[in-house]
Amino acid sequence: MADVIVKAAAPSTQSRSLPARLTEWLLISIVVLYAAGLLLAPLVAIVWGALSEGGAAFMREITSVDSLSSLKLTLIMAVAATAINTLFGLCIAWVLVRDNFWGRRILNGLVDMPFAVSPVIAGFMLILLFGRGGWFTGITEALGIKVVFALPGILLATIFISLPFVIREVAPVLGQLSTDQEDAALTIGASRLRTFWHVTLPAIRWGLLYGVSLTFARAVGEIGAVLVVSGGVSRLTETSTLYIFRSLDDRNYIGANAMAVVLAGVSFVILTVIELLKKRTDRVQTQ
Amino acid sequence: MTSMQENLDSPASFSSSRGSLAWGKWGLRATAVLYLGFMVALPLAAIIRNGLADGLAAFRDDVTNPTAFGALKLTLISAVIVTIINAVMGTLTAYVLVRFRFPMKGLFNAMIDMPFAIPTLVTGVMLVALYGPQRTLGAWLSSHGIKVIFATPGIVLALLVITYPFVIRAVQPVLMEAEKGQEEAAYTLGASKWTTFRRVVLPAIAPAIITGSLLSFARALGEFGSVVVVAGNIPGVTLTAPVYLYGQIESQNQRGASAMSILLLALSFSLIVTVEWMQTRKGRSHG
Repeated sequence: MADVIVKAAAPSTQSRSLPARLTEWLLISIVVLYAAGLLLAPLVAIVWGALSEGGAAFMREITSVDSLSSLKLTLIMAVAATAINTLFGLCIAWVLVRDNFWGRRILNGLVDMPFAVSPVIAGFMLILLFGRGGWFTGITEALGIKVVFALPGILLATIFISLPFVIREVAPVLGQLSTDQEDAALTIGASRLRTFWHVTLPAIRWGLLYGVSLTFARAVGEIGAVLVVSGGVSRLTETSTLYIFRSLDDRNYIGANAMAVVLAGVSFVILTVIELLKKRTDRVQTQ
Repeated sequence: MTSMQENLDSPASFSSSRGSLAWGKWGLRATAVLYLGFMVALPLAAIIRNGLADGLAAFRDDVTNPTAFGALKLTLISAVIVTIINAVMGTLTAYVLVRFRFPMKGLFNAMIDMPFAIPTLVTGVMLVALYGPQRTLGAWLSSHGIKVIFATPGIVLALLVITYPFVIRAVQPVLMEAEKGQEEAAYTLGASKWTTFRRVVLPAIAPAIITGSLLSFARALGEFGSVVVVAGNIPGVTLTAPVYLYGQIESQNQRGASAMSILLLALSFSLIVTVEWMQTRKGRSHG
């Protein structure tokens, strides 16, 4: 996106009067200062805070058993939720774009619901379905599965809140794609699956990866939904965000800050990937 | 979002000529319907059923008790404040990004996505690190009588960070597509820079500003992770609706929690529907 903006702005700025240039720089300064104050200052403050306690304290907190097991659980849950949402997301995006049947618009509306629902509500829904006296509690108990206050609940909550990303990134790309190549592949005898794998998937790959990284970022950072369903048993059902939440409650500020710095680091890696992918998708689309 | 579907009503007619494809299509369709039905529609049904289980009078009592009502009022007021600031600052940021050139613009543009990548709870911890009463800036502010953390300004600040990208990312592409020629014509004809913006640019980007603002309003209504850390959560003073909801769930008041959930859901759902409606209308008018 950045490339395009630079090009669009190129013809301006030359041959302007002094007052016009002054207004321009005033506006730029207002925007940059606002954004820096809002986004960068808190980031600097937390890194500064974590380091001021000394590197040793930081390392001790991060390498504690509770902290490491929470990071492991977060990673497992985020990877699992991303995988499931990618698989079903591709399927749903295809149905929304290529299929046509009664109720498709309702499906389309349902896809956006997780963005409209407060995460706390998302967690609460799972309690109503699987908690004590819930709609499905009888079935899950008969099967011997504990959902709420256990790992399946955390996974379901994470899947719910990160569900729309892959669909919303893949569907527009799939919509722009002509079916000519797919039809050609099918005509010369390629199987449906093979056509998808060799023709469709390569064409949508950047959009898909963009959606996948957004899903992963959201899954790693979720707190509201997970907090309600997890039960927060340290080392068992405690994700990294829950670890921060508990540390704040216990007034273990060094621990909370250290984990916050680690999660901020993770999201920076994801953000970099997203930026790189954005440039890719733009280039593909402008060709 | 929906506009992409308009040109897609010609699904693979080719597929019907191959027997196995019909099965594949029905399989995908069923998967999409079942997945969204189970993951999204069913949980929503559970909450609505539960909240209205004891009739409308009980529902009204649940949402009008002083604590619930105070929480709802605080959430609405802070969401309105945040949305207004976002509409102004977001539009300005998008304008500066698209129309002006300045050093490190690419990096600045990437930084705007930060709130989408960083966990909201981490955002809360960061704000406490900067504005907390014992911290550098926070200590200085409180010595001047300004309390940010554990007070309303903290809630507004947290929501501003979380929702900063929405208006920018809605307005930016529209502004890039908008004819620069019209703007220059108005300017050449002697209109001042400000008049040009008000009469030519603003009408073109107004729908995008409204879309972005509505999305940030919906997000602000449901925000939990960042607010729970900075607000202090004093009932009737700094307790927002999602945090109130969390408290009700923890204290096993399922009906009260459902009632508040239904209210929040209805609010954000109508906002999302409005956004969808505006986008379909825009898609139609463009042909």
